[in-house]
Amino acid sequence: MAEPHLPERQSPLEPEYNPGSHGNFEHGVDVILSETRLGSILQLAAWPGEEKRLIEVIRKVTGLALPDGAGGGVNNGARAVFGFAPGKFTVVDEAEGLAQAFAGLITPAIGTLTDLSHGRTAIRIAGPKAEWVMAKFFAIDFALPAFPLGAGRSTNHHDIFAQIQRSGADQFDIYVFRSFARSFWKALCHASEEVGYEVQ
Amino acid sequence: MLITCPYCGPRDVIEFTYQGDGNRERPQPASQDLDAWNAYVYDRLNPAGDHNEIWQHSGGCRAHLRVVRNTITHEILSTAFARGGHKSADNKAESRS
Ligand SMILES: [Zn+2]
Repeated sequence: MAEPHLPERQSPLEPEYNPGSHGNFEHGVDVILSETRLGSILQLAAWPGEEKRLIEVIRKVTGLALPDGAGGGVNNGARAVFGFAPGKFTVVDEAEGLAQAFAGLITPAIGTLTDLSHGRTAIRIAGPKAEWVMAKFFAIDFALPAFPLGAGRSTNHHDIFAQIQRSGADQFDIYVFRSFARSFWKALCHASEEVGYEVQ
Repeated sequence: MLITCPYCGPRDVIEFTYQGDGNRERPQPASQDLDAWNAYVYDRLNPAGDHNEIWQHSGGCRAHLRVVRNTITHEILSTAFARGGHKSADNKAESRS
């Protein structure tokens, strides 16, 4: 679908987004921070008993097959999906327009779709000290056996809600409220100074 | 204190919100049985021991949970989704199930 006059989306992090190396990086940077600037961030919810039908719709539209189990997920680089609550899933795409792709397939009998593309900011932390830095914010177990690849978690930092997906062995994607994103970003940078960080 | 959410797994109590005594029976909204409403609003077992409670995982998956907590030791004996409505312990029997 051609949208000829689509305005360029501004990042809420921009005034505090300073590419380059920071903190104690004399011996190398141990985490890399970035904003993934996704085109689509959706939340899908199934009515009780309709979870399997919704999971099938997600597979049909995105090609991503959700693994069984609470908080299960999968990430193929361009697209990702994970469960964040019973019957509820976050689905993201690098490209815009994912909500339109679901239109008509998530019928009122199956559940609901909420387009949060403009309501959330996705921040990526990667590197050997990613778990260490994340543990400063979130009181959950980041070890790989407890938090497997692709899995999602709903939790909070300083009473502010966040969703996290493990998108690599030492990489996490954090979904925060857009209005809190700059504040979280600044805190994340401070927390990363100790290990040396690079903003890409 | 850790509460094991059936969806999210063990989480710090700071992620949860207490939503009251889980032993109450809410009368039908149209009920004019004043004794039943009085019991729903005021009567509490207040046991020194295992207690049925409703909690919400407000800082996580936001599910409402039935939790059995020991009011003396704060031990969490069981957790389950509130949806389904089965009480998970019987205070009146004063025994752990
Ligand atoms: Zn939960």
